[in-house]
Amino acid sequence: MEGDITQMGALIGAGLACTGMGGAAIGVGHVAGNYLAGALRNPSAAASQTAMLFIGIAFAEAFGIFSFLVALLLMFAL
Amino acid sequence: MATEAGDGLVIRPMDQFIVKPLFGDGPLMWYTPSNTSLWMAFSLIAVVLLLVLGTARRAHVPGRMQMIAELSYSFVFNMVRDVAGRDALKYFPLIMSIFVFVLFCNVLGLVPMSFTPTSHIAVTATLALAVFLSVTVLGFVLHGFGFLRLFWISSAPLPLRPVLAVIEVMSYFVRPVSHSIRLAGNMMAGHAMIKVFAAFAGVLGFGAFLPIVTISAVFALELLIAFIQAYVFTILTCVYLRDALHPAH
Repeated sequence: MEGDITQMGALIGAGLACTGMGGAAIGVGHVAGNYLAGALRNPSAAASQTAMLFIGIAFAEAFGIFSFLVALLLMFAL
Repeated sequence: MATEAGDGLVIRPMDQFIVKPLFGDGPLMWYTPSNTSLWMAFSLIAVVLLLVLGTARRAHVPGRMQMIAELSYSFVFNMVRDVAGRDALKYFPLIMSIFVFVLFCNVLGLVPMSFTPTSHIAVTATLALAVFLSVTVLGFVLHGFGFLRLFWISSAPLPLRPVLAVIEVMSYFVRPVSHSIRLAGNMMAGHAMIKVFAAFAGVLGFGAFLPIVTISAVFALELLIAFIQAYVFTILTCVYLRDALHPAH
């Protein structure tokens, strides 16, 4: 359990950066939930919009990925 | 990957991602055959087996292999047509190769004791940079400097347009980053999770009923994610291609 205080700060920061994944989770859930709500209202239009669903999920997920990237940078690049 | 080292349980879920040279343990250069290149070659062989040998007989009533090959072909074909438009079908071979390569790398990585090339940012960043560079060059070749209209949103109010242009340029250059890390991150996290549960099962021995059930469920989920991430990677390629073909909003 030795190490300097910089490393400790970097590791704590990496852990804190993971809270950003919660935001991505909210975003992905919002996209998927709204898609489901719309699909239940108009089931005939649902099949044509699945591509938009996945694009929306991918863009919402991107910001969670940035927090993961920050965590990786703090752990390995600092 | 659990090893009982001295005191208590040590789980090393990240050991599976170490890139090793295939022969000996010399330095790792770009030309060294490593487990990454081995498994990329395996996925290439699997693609050839499925798509070339599977459709070689050209039966009118397709067998199982030919059915899957035709299904994957029409799946990607419809995706390119629906997302990127009909004039993007010229670039269908590129997108089909990206899809099957990423899909087979993901799925073959689920084989126990195997290696997942797409769990490495170096691999996915190469793919994403290839897509990014080719799409950007294509945009400039097709439209010249008119390609820059992609960043100048004509439907927005005029005072807002410079601000939006800055944001659009930034988001354009962030594209390869998110494109590559999404795939690598999903693959890495999923495989590490399987290994963590596998380590629990290894420690419990014969009483490992619960971890094994969990591994089975997680494994099914990972199979789904391996497919969805290949799909997302491909569909984002289609979206970027559409932006290059039709930069005006």
